[in-house]
Amino acid sequence: MSAEIGTLETYLRKKRSEGHKLVVPYITGGFEGWTDAIRAAAANGADAIEIGIPFSDPVMDGPTIQHASEMALRNGATPISILHQLRSVDVGIPLAVMCYYNTVHHAGNERFANSLRESGVCAAIVPDLPLEESGLWCAAADTSCVETVMLAAPTAPDERLPRIIDRCKGFVYAVGLLGVTGERDTLASSALTLAKRLKAITDVPVLIGVGVSNAQQAAEACTIADGVVQGASVMRRLIEEDADAVGDYIAEVRKAVDQC
Amino acid sequence: MLKDPSLDGRFGEFGGRFVPETLVPACQELEAAFRDAWADPAFRKELDDLLRDYAGRPSILTECHNLGKQLGIRLLLKREDLNHTGSHKINSVLGQVLLAKRMGKKHIVAETGAGQHGVASATAAALLGLSCKVYMGEVDVQRQALNVFRMKLLGAQVVPAVSGSRTLKDAVNEAMRDWVATVEDTYYAIGSVMGPHPYPWMVRTFQSVIGQEASEQCHSLLGGKDPDVVVAAVGGGSNAIGIFSGFVDTKARLIGVEPAGGAAVGKGMPGVVHGMRSYLMQDEHGQVQEAQSISAGLDYPGVGPEHSYLASIGRAEYPSVNDQEVISAFQVMSRSEGIIPALECAHPMAWIIREAPKMQGQTILMNLSGRGDKDVAQMMEILDGQI
Repeated sequence: MSAEIGTLETYLRKKRSEGHKLVVPYITGGFEGWTDAIRAAAANGADAIEIGIPFSDPVMDGPTIQHASEMALRNGATPISILHQLRSVDVGIPLAVMCYYNTVHHAGNERFANSLRESGVCAAIVPDLPLEESGLWCAAADTSCVETVMLAAPTAPDERLPRIIDRCKGFVYAVGLLGVTGERDTLASSALTLAKRLKAITDVPVLIGVGVSNAQQAAEACTIADGVVQGASVMRRLIEEDADAVGDYIAEVRKAVDQC
Repeated sequence: MLKDPSLDGRFGEFGGRFVPETLVPACQELEAAFRDAWADPAFRKELDDLLRDYAGRPSILTECHNLGKQLGIRLLLKREDLNHTGSHKINSVLGQVLLAKRMGKKHIVAETGAGQHGVASATAAALLGLSCKVYMGEVDVQRQALNVFRMKLLGAQVVPAVSGSRTLKDAVNEAMRDWVATVEDTYYAIGSVMGPHPYPWMVRTFQSVIGQEASEQCHSLLGGKDPDVVVAAVGGGSNAIGIFSGFVDTKARLIGVEPAGGAAVGKGMPGVVHGMRSYLMQDEHGQVQEAQSISAGLDYPGVGPEHSYLASIGRAEYPSVNDQEVISAFQVMSRSEGIIPALECAHPMAWIIREAPKMQGQTILMNLSGRGDKDVAQMMEILDGQI
């Protein structure tokens, strides 16, 4: 990451203060054409990129990202190879990784945090590491100046949300619905409800992810939230088409959210 | 007595609650509900009554005189194969489905390997009036067709898991994905002493009836003494922890036998999957490896966290046996004792046959956790022409 970007959170806060809604696409590392897709997304208005490190047992992911992960693993992708390739990807916006905790645990908390930092990654999202289990990782990440994005779910009682936010850096990942990643016909009402609850108690950027499936849903989400994370709809385009299709899609999302 | 886990669900360094944020409140709610139910005499009585009048407990203890003589040991079997539905799984499922009902849940979701836990879940759901959906690896759906049909007869929906290795590991993934989406009105009945806290502890508590009964039965048969060795199969490890629970304070050796192709303790290293930190078969990059076992019920690359703990403190041993030894033991037991064991239980039997020369004159208690009817079609194919 180049020095002028700063942290993911300072970058996103700055963009938000300019009246800008935040668009963060997810791209599975190691999937054919993934680095081109990152460049295409960045060139077409993404504010940050979430890079998935593929895992054999992705329990928060639906069929599209499961498939992308499986193909990436078959192509021989490893956490090390992905982070190595990321070093040569400088797109001028912050990069975060999404990985399941065994990937971190296997390398060791400190070593993994260091390797993220060395690869220019600002932040990590670990979807199977809830607040109560996050202590060791967060300490290592803090030491290495890697931000840990925490997830907040619609099932969280009111007393839990402030504790999640206290531990959260970068942005708050508001899980849009009860379920795994994947495209849906409509934006779940739980997405806006949760975003409202979060916006009422924090000024950390609140991004809705999981089930934000097209430009129109992204715009709807941004009526309340500061932005969106989109995974399955991005990866479907990379799987079925190519990096250019990802770029076109991000441009479409950018345009839709800018109008809201 | 086995120790209770710490407040954060740890047995030593193992266990925990590594689940998506969506499921954390559900796990907390379940823990509170279980603590409350287990302390409630009315719940305990309802469960005891079901275990006695419906599942057929207590299960008997059978001495294998023929095999014992052949092997130079005294061999006792705890007959969980005689429970209603044919395995120990019913002990935990009756407890869990009663709990689900008490919590006001309407649906049961479960994973299954060999189909024994799926059948038990479908049975308990039918009895107690809840709907039931069972995820089963596509490979297992094929090799355990009989149990698939049993589940359907019992009114359950069987969903083949088509991701990954299409076995038990992937059935767990699919069940967890389902639960993430349905958590508000659905209870996830995990089939073994695995998963996030409180499951390993709760399932052990429900299965500890095996060890309590076996301890009393051994004392009665052996003039107040305990067996020298207690042995059971380990996939996730629920039947093993159930029988170990009655003997952990004795001098008995505790042996959990893993399949050579799914030896989490023997060949794995600590990892995190399916909500728990435990020994796990994984490659050099932390990807979970696919287990390879003749027995669908043991075809699992992980193991319950309490077994990892018992291994780490040296209280229990976890040797493995290969498929050939298992096929042989399956036949030896059938012919010598007139008992066709589940392929899972042919694992501890194979270990006993192999190790008997070193245990001459000792008393060995084996948990016969399930009957072999479900495996007969598969064995017919394997033994084609040799029998």
